Amino acid sequence: MYRYDDLDQAFVNERVAEFRDQTRRFLAGELSEDEFKAVRLRNGLYIQRHAPMLRIAIPYGLLSSRQLRKLGEVARRYDRGFGHFTTRTNLQLNWPKLEDVPDILEHLASVQMHAIQTSGNCIRNVTADHMAGIAKDEVDDPRPYCEIIRQRSTHHPEFTYLPRKFKIAVTGSPEDRAASLTHDIGLHLTRDAHGQIGFEVLVGGGLGRQPILAQKIRDFIALPDLLGYLEAILRVYNRHGRRDNIHKARIKILVKSLGAERFREQVEAEWQAAREYAPRLEATEVDRIRAHFTPPAYETLRNIDAAAGRTPEFQAWYRYNTREHKVPGYRAVFVSLKRHGENPGDVTSDQMEAIAGLADRFSFGLIRVTHSQNLLLGDVRQDDLPVVWQELNALGLAMPNIGTLTDMIACPGLDFCSLANAGTLGVVKQIQQRFDDLDYLYDLGNIEIKMSGCMNACGHHHVGHIGILGVDKHGEEWYQITLGGSVNGFSALGEVIGPSVAKDDVAATIERIVDVYRAHRFDGEEFIQTLRRVGIQPFKESAYATHSEAA
Amino acid sequence: MRRILKRHEIVADTWHLLGESAADTDPVIVPLAELRKDTEAWLARQGPLGVRLAPAESVESLADVLPRLALVAVEFPNVGDGRGFSYGRLLRDRLGFKGELRAVGGGVKQDKIFLLARCGFDTFELPPTEKADEALRALHRYDVVYQPAEPIEGIKKQRYFA
Repeated sequence: MYRYDDLDQAFVNERVAEFRDQTRRFLAGELSEDEFKAVRLRNGLYIQRHAPMLRIAIPYGLLSSRQLRKLGEVARRYDRGFGHFTTRTNLQLNWPKLEDVPDILEHLASVQMHAIQTSGNCIRNVTADHMAGIAKDEVDDPRPYCEIIRQRSTHHPEFTYLPRKFKIAVTGSPEDRAASLTHDIGLHLTRDAHGQIGFEVLVGGGLGRQPILAQKIRDFIALPDLLGYLEAILRVYNRHGRRDNIHKARIKILVKSLGAERFREQVEAEWQAAREYAPRLEATEVDRIRAHFTPPAYETLRNIDAAAGRTPEFQAWYRYNTREHKVPGYRAVFVSLKRHGENPGDVTSDQMEAIAGLADRFSFGLIRVTHSQNLLLGDVRQDDLPVVWQELNALGLAMPNIGTLTDMIACPGLDFCSLANAGTLGVVKQIQQRFDDLDYLYDLGNIEIKMSGCMNACGHHHVGHIGILGVDKHGEEWYQITLGGSVNGFSALGEVIGPSVAKDDVAATIERIVDVYRAHRFDGEEFIQTLRRVGIQPFKESAYATHSEAA
Repeated sequence: MRRILKRHEIVADTWHLLGESAADTDPVIVPLAELRKDTEAWLARQGPLGVRLAPAESVESLADVLPRLALVAVEFPNVGDGRGFSYGRLLRDRLGFKGELRAVGGGVKQDKIFLLARCGFDTFELPPTEKADEALRALHRYDVVYQPAEPIEGIKKQRYFA
């Protein structure tokens, strides 16, 4: 993984010193709420319902065991002994004290981490695919390019006061595991006819009140031109994005109002006008960064059938929680943060330390955070899988439900977030209880449930196969259900099925929906395929069939 | 008295704003809209001429008068409006403006000054609430940067050279 040099370290140290001074000025009454808000957000600090919330950046989801241990230590010392991983692969601490935050940031800087630009109207943490570097079908490893973008977007002189937040995702595989179409910019690695590396460029994705999927504005931008082209997009946005209405300020609204074609023309014109002095990415710099991402020292092994002759429990875990690796003899192993009874994405300090230990022993000391709020040990030897399973099981991290209905994405909701209309965690538990039978879950196959506690859509409900949105009706929590969303493969936004349902009725409604799937499916057909084939109507009709049934 | 932060010092403003009494030889800053009411007359005056650009105005529209301008004042009306950062870069990089580039308005706070300087601003009109010594220090808050941008004094390490 990328290791800081003197420059990187000096920068985060200077940033901590600056924020320490800003916090001091705020506490001394020298900095207004508004002024402090602008600077604290750019350092990851929100003021939430119960306490401040600190969002720590995990660039493109990659952590060393040392960093994960430090996160565990920080969560124990400055918070309540746990953290929450988000869909953008960051870690949120929900109860730090405002006056402790500079010290927390200093701890993070000591392990080459920070919380810079994890919120606020600026360029956010750049995300990638959790299978980066180990997927068989990959064009190239996206992480070196993420790191280049991370550095070049850090404390950017021109683009730190944008109209609204700005998120970039980079993927290297045909399968989009990073939800890139929901990003302000999605970059897809590709090669031109000469084999040169470059990117397909998609712009204007975003969820929230007005969900829109990103549209392609360029088939290919060559690697040396990447930064110049990104700057052109950002400059058009910084100049012309709306600033009069926070709900219309994302780049998706600008792209939509101009139309993708006119937006593209403006970007191309800006790019051409700036070309002679725009930053070009030198090959030496690309090589320097790439050298940080060389593959670990894999042994020469053969693939084995690690599940053969094992218990049904192990076989289920192997099937659902491990993935094929491009190197023979290895597999990628999910650390499931979706155990029934727990909040999706939550992990305790003890677990963080234990996972770090597992990474050291079995996966070259590295841990990946996934968009679906799980962790991944990317490089586990197949003959180590039984012992890794045993240890994960003992830690409560081997719930064999990855890719199933209870591998839900959910925001923290009303229990933590000051924006939320409705709780998400109670509904998560309700669904977990109703779908607690593993054979039933396996029979249902791949179903993605995504849940948000409000229109801001941090839980990506618009793009869940089944989306759940918490809404407030006269002070009561209700839940609106959408069907048919997806960001992987055939991308689409979900469609609302009808009136929202009462809190106690959410899991029962979902059960009635999946019953329709079970009644209509062909052999081997997945939920989303059946839904697309038969249409939403039969699901709508059945979802409300027996509304009074208790959950 | 308007306080202007320059590289190493804070000085009283020597420029006059429109409406403040000034001789024809005095330096005057005119809002762009005002200048456009009678461009020729303004360009013909004897003293140095500056223009004030609001966030919603087009920086490119200054092109025809730019050679005559000794100063461009770009407005930052509040904490969040960052359009002026792009105007700074464009004035320096694309329009070739070599004169004084001044950041003005309620949004010119010490926490932005370093970035403004990196976008080509060389003077800053400090709001009354800003502390002079802190604003001076803020100009040199960082000595490492990740972008080429404007090579301001005090930067020791820079990842790339444009």
